[in-house]
Parts: sequence; C-alpha cells; structure tokens
Amino acid sequence: MTAQELPIAGDADVVRVRQLVRTAAVAARLSLVDQTKLVTAASELARNTLTHGGGGSATVEQVSSTIKAGVRVVFHDKGPGIPDIALALTDGYTSANGMGLGLGGAKRLVDTFDIVSSPGEGTTVTVVKWAR
Amino acid sequence: MERIPILKIGNLLLVSIQVDLQDRTVITLEEDLAEKIVATGARGVVIDITALDIVDSFTGRMLATIASISRVLDAETVVVGMRPAVAITLVELGLSLEGIKTALDVERGMRLLSARA
Repeated sequence: MTAQELPIAGDADVVRVRQLVRTAAVAARLSLVDQTKLVTAASELARNTLTHGGGGSATVEQVSSTIKAGVRVVFHDKGPGIPDIALALTDGYTSANGMGLGLGGAKRLVDTFDIVSSPGEGTTVTVVKWAR
Repeated sequence: MERIPILKIGNLLLVSIQVDLQDRTVITLEEDLAEKIVATGARGVVIDITALDIVDSFTGRMLATIASISRVLDAETVVVGMRPAVAITLVELGLSLEGIKTALDVERGMRLLSARA
C-alpha cells in the first residue's frame, strides 16, 4: 500500500481516518489488540488535529524493516502549535474540554511517537505500530 | 447525521450502538436519552457496545456522562458487550470507566438492573 492522505476537516473525517488505519493495520498483519490500540491512538490524534490544530491531514502508510511490518500514521496541522510539549503529554493536561488523555494516552498505545511543534507553525505527530 | 435508537423494554431503556460514532451523534444521544428517561420514568439504561471496535477518550467520556445524567434522573446505567481488545486498549489509554457498571452481555446487564427496578 502506498501512502494515502486524508483531509481532517470535520467529525466524519475522524471516522474515515480510523477506517483507513484499520485497513492498513489488517494488511500489515497486526494482532487484533494491536490494531485496536493503533486505531484508538489514531482517533485521539485525528481529533486533536481537528480541535486544536483547526484541521489538517493524516497520512497512512505501511512500513517494513528487515524483520517486521508495521503502519505509520502522520498527523499534520498548521494550527497554533503546542508551546510546551512535555506539559501537553502529561496525563490530566487538557485545554479544549478533553479528558487530558489524548496525547499521553495515544503515546502509550503505539511503539514510536514523535511530535514536532512550534508556536505559530503547526504540529506534526508521527506514530508507528509494528506487528509482533 | 445518524441517530441512535433507544428502545423501551419494561422499565428499562436499551441503547445498542451499531454505527461508527461521530462526535455529534454522541452528543445527540446524550440529549435523547435524558429526555426518554424522564418521559418513560425508566429505572435503568443498558448501553450495548458490542459493535464498537474502539472506544476512545471521547466515547469513554460520553459513557461516563450518560451514567451521571441517568443517575441524576434516578436511573442506573450498565454498559455491556465490551470487546476484550477494547477493554485492554481502554485501560492502557488511562480510562478505567470508574463509577460505570458493566456486564458481559445485554441479558446480564438487564438482570443486574431488574434487581433494582
């Protein structure tokens, strides 16, 4: 599967991102629990892109190393950015009526989690989940 | 937008979520359910999530909110049918759904509530 990019501009797009991530996770032969974790993380991050980033995109791609396969999802927005990433990753931290589990919770559900953000320049979050 | 049906069975209400939830659908359900509890005088609400392949923090918060609203309106809520992979993911995400009663399936959930009603 080549990389597929979906816009995130509304509620329905969050559902579409979940479905595309699920399809990629099945194709990469992730276990059911790992599929569920990745799709849940994608749902949290897509909602962040929408509510905090003012919309953006998700790019879903199957990746492989020499020994295993996985799925990478990149969330990108051109929103206000996150001034203090460490604080935003803390459980309980919340800005826009969330439960404060979005970012930190999503990080726990994936194998690699990378976030690049600066005030005024938007946010890019990259996550990877590998098949075991 | 899809609307989730609410069925009345005796003095219980049954909500079976069969669609991939959009945030707006969830908010509408909270309102519909509150009105239905008052209109029917229901003593309990069973929410069946068998068909949900994920529960994220938004949906988890919705379940907690519905349970709180119901309690204030003198009805008890039981969430039933959670898939094993969903349960594992929820706990790792940091949501333990404290304060929400759960049962493995609709039948057990209804039995749990009937004891009270």
